[in-house]
Amino acid sequence: MNGPQDAGGMMGFGPVVPEPVTPVFHSDWERRAFAITLAMGMTGSWNIDISRHARERIPPAEYWAASYYEIWLKGLERLLAETGLASAAEIAAGRSKTAARPVTRVAAADMIPAILARGGPSDRPAATAPQFAAGDKIRTRNMNPGGHTRLPRYLRGCPGSIAIVHGCHVLPDSSAHRRGDDPHWLYAVRFSASDVFGAPGRDEIVADLWETYLEAA
Amino acid sequence: MPHDGHDHDDDAGAALSPVALRVKALESLLVEKGYVDPAALDVLIETYETLIGPRNGARVVARAWTDPDFADWLRRDATAAITSIGYAGRQGEHMVALFNTPETHNMVVCTLCSCYPWPVLGLPPVWYKSMPYRSRAVMEPRAVLAEFGVTLPEGTAVRVWDSTAEVRYLVIPQRPGGTEGWSAEQLAGLVTRDSMIGTGLASSPA
Repeated sequence: MNGPQDAGGMMGFGPVVPEPVTPVFHSDWERRAFAITLAMGMTGSWNIDISRHARERIPPAEYWAASYYEIWLKGLERLLAETGLASAAEIAAGRSKTAARPVTRVAAADMIPAILARGGPSDRPAATAPQFAAGDKIRTRNMNPGGHTRLPRYLRGCPGSIAIVHGCHVLPDSSAHRRGDDPHWLYAVRFSASDVFGAPGRDEIVADLWETYLEAA
Repeated sequence: MPHDGHDHDDDAGAALSPVALRVKALESLLVEKGYVDPAALDVLIETYETLIGPRNGARVVARAWTDPDFADWLRRDATAAITSIGYAGRQGEHMVALFNTPETHNMVVCTLCSCYPWPVLGLPPVWYKSMPYRSRAVMEPRAVLAEFGVTLPEGTAVRVWDSTAEVRYLVIPQRPGGTEGWSAEQLAGLVTRDSMIGTGLASSPA
């Protein structure tokens, strides 16, 4: 969706503020917001694409006014309410008023290292051969889906070429909507900054794009 | 509570901010419902505050600078090469190493969210997740680099990698001059976090 998360090429957000030596968290609530978000992800109630889509559905003015972990918090509250794991009233009160819903897994402390070490690989066996090979010329589709997509607005309808064939991966446009993995070939696609932004010079942009976003050029 | 006892201003003892209260209430609710184990939350925080951070990536880079076979392996299969040093898993399941050269400077962004190679760099800094960086890195990378104090030679092209999928990118900065004969351990001390994102260069020897 053309939501507030789709930042590439926007203007007016001001300078970048570097922070050479960074504390991992800037306050204690950030620690807790981070941990409850990861731990709830481990319950198997949603996948990473569903959680990204929950964040990008935050209304733009609210999203841009929020700090990073506030965005996570708003996304988590939204997912809890949408899955019925906790009602809005329970979230507001911080107290349970109804029986808990069953979840697939509750990660205990001693399970965490193995869960993190395994991660969540997104590669899947391929049912088809890739349509493109390294060096092939492509054009990105001009598409504006209302749901989740990983084709940023600034790269729609652009000419490019295949840089890397990454393999066959879960398609977020499907998995974010609980429509299954629907694996497709994933490519690193190279664009010239002059084609994308009219910029002078030889600078380039590379983005990871699924085959469904591309057509032969 | 296990997470109390340090000196931030929104901790127990001081007035909690509205967002801190909201997080506290939500955590209580999730624990009461039995969805999360409080001890697991502490392990998650401790892991990313103390065990996993940019020192991991610095060891990968220093090894690549000192071991041509390893550098070659990183180019061919970064996931396997990095796993061999012991860094793998969540948000680093599919790794690609980008070698900076005099001709090409690589720089990484996630315009859509905050994708970042956790096993080698830890959690991303605030600026990486912020709208200014996410909006501008792809469109005016040289202006962004200037804000980090980096000016590239005219002849060096910038290649910005937008992490739009589950592949995670680690920049291998150029090895600084004047470090001939240095050990991998000494070299790792020159590898900054920003140099592995591509918004900085490796430090020069003092």
